[in-house]
Amino acid sequence: MTTTTANEKKERFTPEIRAEIDRWIAKYPAEWKQSAVMGALMVVQDSNGGWLTTELMDQVATYLDMPPIAVYEVATFYSMYELKPVGKHKICVCTNVSCMTNKSDLIVEHLEKKLGIGFGEVTEDGRFSLKEVECLGACGGAPMMQIGRQYYENLTPEIVDAILEGLE
Amino acid sequence: MANEVCLRTLDLERPWLLEQYQSRGGYEMLKKILTEKTAPEAIIEEVKKSGLRGRGGAGFPTGLKWSFISRNAPGQKYVVCNSDEGEPGTFKDRDILRYNPHQLIEGMVIAGYAIGATRGYNYIRGEFWEPYERFEQALEEARKAGYLGKDLLGSGYDFELHTHLGAGAYICGEETALLESIEGKKGQPRYKPPFPAHFGLYGCPTIINNTESLASIPMIMEKGGEWFADIGVKNSGGSKLFSISGNINNPGVFEIPMGTPFSELLAMAGGMKNGHKIKAVIPGGSSAPVIPGDQMMELTMDYDTIAGAGSMLGSGAVIVLDDTNCMVKVLERMSYFYHEESCGQCTPCREGTGWLYRIVHRIETGQGRQEDLDLLDDVADKISGKTICALGDAAAMPVQGMLRHFRHEFQHHIDHKRCMVGLG
Amino acid sequence: MLIDVTDAAGIRIPRFCYHKKLSVSANCRMCLVEVEKVPKPLPACATPVADGMKVFTRSPRALAAQKGTMEFLLINHPLDCPICDQGGECELQDVAIGYGRDVSRYSEGKRVVADKNIGPLIATDMTRCIHCTRCVRFGDEIAGIREMGATGRGEHTVIGTYIEKSVDSELSGNVIDLCPVGALTSKPFRFNARAWELTQVDAIAPHDSLGSNINLHLRGNKVMRVHPRDNESINETWISDRDRFSYEGLYSSDRLTTPMIKKDGEWKDVSWDMALEMAAASLGEIKAADQIGALVSPTATLEELYLTQKLMNGLGCNNIDSRLRQGDFRLDNSLKRVNWLGMKIGEIDSLDAALVVGGNLRKEQPILAHRLRKAALAGADIHVITPQHLELIYKSRQLICTPGEMVKHLAAVAKAAGVKQGGTIGKLLDAADANEDAKAAAKGLKDGDTSAVMLGAMAQSHPDFSLLYSLAATLAEATGAKLSIVPAAVNSVGAQLAGAVPYLQAGGKPAESTGLDALGMLQQPCSGYLLLGVEPGMDFHNGALSQTALQSADMVVAISAYTSPELEACCDILLPMAIFTETSGTYVNAEGAWQQCRGAVKPQGEARPGWKILRVLGNLLNQQGFDYTDPGEIGEELRLLCEDVSLDNKLSPATDLEPRLGVDGLQRGGDTPLYATDPLVRRATALQQTKDAGEAVIRLHPIEAERQGLNSAENALIRQNGYQATLPVALDDSIPEGCVWISTGLRDTSMLGQPFGEVTVEKA
Repeated sequence: MTTTTANEKKERFTPEIRAEIDRWIAKYPAEWKQSAVMGALMVVQDSNGGWLTTELMDQVATYLDMPPIAVYEVATFYSMYELKPVGKHKICVCTNVSCMTNKSDLIVEHLEKKLGIGFGEVTEDGRFSLKEVECLGACGGAPMMQIGRQYYENLTPEIVDAILEGLE
Repeated sequence: MANEVCLRTLDLERPWLLEQYQSRGGYEMLKKILTEKTAPEAIIEEVKKSGLRGRGGAGFPTGLKWSFISRNAPGQKYVVCNSDEGEPGTFKDRDILRYNPHQLIEGMVIAGYAIGATRGYNYIRGEFWEPYERFEQALEEARKAGYLGKDLLGSGYDFELHTHLGAGAYICGEETALLESIEGKKGQPRYKPPFPAHFGLYGCPTIINNTESLASIPMIMEKGGEWFADIGVKNSGGSKLFSISGNINNPGVFEIPMGTPFSELLAMAGGMKNGHKIKAVIPGGSSAPVIPGDQMMELTMDYDTIAGAGSMLGSGAVIVLDDTNCMVKVLERMSYFYHEESCGQCTPCREGTGWLYRIVHRIETGQGRQEDLDLLDDVADKISGKTICALGDAAAMPVQGMLRHFRHEFQHHIDHKRCMVGLG
Repeated sequence: MLIDVTDAAGIRIPRFCYHKKLSVSANCRMCLVEVEKVPKPLPACATPVADGMKVFTRSPRALAAQKGTMEFLLINHPLDCPICDQGGECELQDVAIGYGRDVSRYSEGKRVVADKNIGPLIATDMTRCIHCTRCVRFGDEIAGIREMGATGRGEHTVIGTYIEKSVDSELSGNVIDLCPVGALTSKPFRFNARAWELTQVDAIAPHDSLGSNINLHLRGNKVMRVHPRDNESINETWISDRDRFSYEGLYSSDRLTTPMIKKDGEWKDVSWDMALEMAAASLGEIKAADQIGALVSPTATLEELYLTQKLMNGLGCNNIDSRLRQGDFRLDNSLKRVNWLGMKIGEIDSLDAALVVGGNLRKEQPILAHRLRKAALAGADIHVITPQHLELIYKSRQLICTPGEMVKHLAAVAKAAGVKQGGTIGKLLDAADANEDAKAAAKGLKDGDTSAVMLGAMAQSHPDFSLLYSLAATLAEATGAKLSIVPAAVNSVGAQLAGAVPYLQAGGKPAESTGLDALGMLQQPCSGYLLLGVEPGMDFHNGALSQTALQSADMVVAISAYTSPELEACCDILLPMAIFTETSGTYVNAEGAWQQCRGAVKPQGEARPGWKILRVLGNLLNQQGFDYTDPGEIGEELRLLCEDVSLDNKLSPATDLEPRLGVDGLQRGGDTPLYATDPLVRRATALQQTKDAGEAVIRLHPIEAERQGLNSAENALIRQNGYQATLPVALDDSIPEGCVWISTGLRDTSMLGQPFGEVTVEKA
């Protein structure tokens, strides 16, 4: 038996996720549900261990009455959306000029050695992934990194060790 | 004369709270405007008088921008705040959001009143979670206190304000890309004209200003446009937040009068680290052409002076580089940034930024060719002025600046396949 | 914009992203020009012209900017022209010759893009893409369905579908023309010919009732591909995929290339002389004239239709019909004129409101749907009464009901519009519930300056078409709306002018006596039949009936471009006919425009143009006026007869009609899929691999499936009026409950009856 058309398009979000997306939708004019796409993608990404599957993007499209391709465009354009699995702790290290001149390369080197992974990779136990990012707007605390939502500034290898130890 | 406008509450213990803001007269100007029903034109006039210029980097006169909106045109209008702070070297708006969110809210409501808008959005970059939460908390407080919502303080004027959270794209700092992003699309700049004042968010008349610009409004209203203008110098009214970073002892955000000598700013920031010599300064965010350190020490921090030195004040992001830096490596990193952040919409930027980066990378890694410096100049020239938005220019300017002042370093890399700085 | 002005003045400015029918995106930067007093070069496509403006399109600064862009476009382009299908007709290649360098200064690795299969029609080589976004904008703005997009960012931006997915728009092929490079090319045409080997001939697309203007691209005697030809009043610059890709069916292996006769149940090839003599003799043998029936395709040329009518007339009967899929002919005696679109094609663009009844215009008349979309984008209020939920390309309000309830819903709108009538219609109005939906639809029609009530293919094949038509006519009159009986095929209007309907004579005037209609000829079987361009089973309202009736006849002569198992089972004589590219002919489209085209290639094998076959038959049957030497004479003869004809959908409603389709029990619904409408398109191999080819399955709502005990069934046995078939089951919540959906026009459903009627299903 084959099932076609509208059947496949039902989204299957939990009530909690729906409520969170609805909070975004409520911020915009009624005819501009699409404005909530960035918020919605962030919500479903968080609920899925930090990354987006095509199925999730399709469900967001259905929920917001958007063509799926319009959701793919957004999800692939902004760098904070992940299209592959990431670690439980996504470590984003800034290497832009102010951080670079304050030796961010040593921080990167230290992290790579300590975790045994390079940029774009996930540790075997799935706890950490590393990502090189552009300026995060905290140049006064260079070198800096972001783990999850938290900024960590004025880093040294020792401080990095302490931070990682403090994570669950 | 420091910390008089946007950072005036910084000395308070928890300045982001409503009662703390109010303890310094916060929201008094809004109350006054709403109860006295101040003429919107008078507000715009005051802003014009202040000489306030867009603090996001372009430096366009704020009052003039507001006057482009036809206030009495029917239909929805919008006030949008650009808190998508992403120009490398810039980190001032983050502090306004974290430490003085209510002043930004007050500024936005006044702006809305002045142009006849009843809705606003503050676009905060996605990585700024802490500032986002602070701002959301402030919105909640302001709503409860009746500074946002329906019929503000019984005046009959409505204004609702929401946060839109970005998700990682430098280009969204460009005003029309930002509008596209709020509309739930890729942040790709629109071709202008039409300008946002006529066709902005959701196709409606919109003013879009930087966080610092909008947060300056309550003080301009309180103390007057002239007071603000007088803080600064000719063509550069007011004080300004400077984000200073790099090889210095005490990097941070300093709110000081326009026209302050750079040497004073550097002193405030603790001077050069480890006793190194100043080599170069990028005075206005990474797209501003570099200025040699010696020359910079003679300049003052205002639009005209920095422009006169062949660069721009931009967002007031000052990156100080000492003599251990290889300028080829610095440019390589900057070019990589523009290559990464090009939105990909128009040809010269999509294709040219990658080309620029690859040439610089080649020189940095000892693969440079004799013709490469001319090629760099030529490619940069073919990008600049040919693109839909200013990102193309922003990618070309650092290249042009570096080659103007440090061509010999690049030539050395090509000739000797190695760096002339330190061990490079 | 400046570029429109320079184009009109014949000043050439290079461009890639600009297209006159698409929004301005100004992204390619190829059309940069110098404008006096402006420091930066400006894109001509996005720069409004102003009085006294001084523009330099080829000044050193303008040329430098254009050459700069060209260099950027080429750095990541593979320059694989020798193996690229676009070679020779490539905009990038052309412009590069004028603005490119001899040698690239870019020495790094070039961008490579992995291709995705986007279906059987469009081949992708996205490494060649220059990101002009014409294809993306086309989907968004014209096709009305966003399937392609630009994902990623910066240099890594990729144009495509992102996921492996077929592009399903019925207008998708237009992106092949829009693509300025070889990124999107025609898959069926791929590697078959070089542009410079081809010659171009004008033609008319022989499917939907617009008669879109096309160019045939020929190599020698073969049609290699089809391109649109601009005609602003019909197809603008677009054509549907059906019009573009159906040419593949010209070369189907079952083309009939030699005359054949059946003797003792065996088919054998015979000479033309023998076949024609036998055909004439057997037609002449039938003594009672009313024992002959002519069933003719509305895709035949006007000349073929007219000569068939003339032949039948000469034999003394008016049993001729081209409305083979129509389900109800009770109005034939009240219809005195030629039905048509009810307006000019271009007028659809500016409708303020429309009520579409029983029509999925997107999948019936794709360009018409595109025009209705234009109206919708401009704010038109569109309502649809439909027996299945439709995926539309414009905003509309759909009233979804079972086939049996369509009459009721239309009556409700008529009632809401204040229609007063006696008789049957009055009874329907009395019983109708003028609810909010009905009121909204009626209000839209009334309020609009120009509005239309449109009856589509499903309304026309409905067993109560006469009621739908009557209600629509009164509704249109009450609201001041135009009434549109959307013509089904390219010559549906022409067929009426030619008298190829039983109630009209040639010239579109009322016949003295009404002959048997397409259904009547099969329900009261004739002794002999003449078929023109049709296939039993697939081209008829009632597939099963068409086959049993024809099989039981004494004699069936088919003039056909193809042979098929159904034709061979039903017929006695097969006469091979030239097909649309092989014969000259006239087509009268939905708005009544006469369009002619000449044969572009020689007929295959011994096939002959239909008009010649009919001429000889006329001569052999000793009829007068069959001595044509040129098809132009035939058209001219008919044109003179048509001089004072008016196209008119007005109707004096019959008062004694009763609904035939009940509302109780399980009902069948059925459409004819887009690529199942005629013998040519059914043989177009690439189109047959798309979704719109249709599927022989039983579709029903999951709840209905539960009710029928079919929710876990692979297959089901369906029974309809003594006919039956076992078909796969597909759950589909676009089908209303109380209804099963089985398409017609498909070989595997052709043993079933009419598309609408009572059925039973059980697990098989």
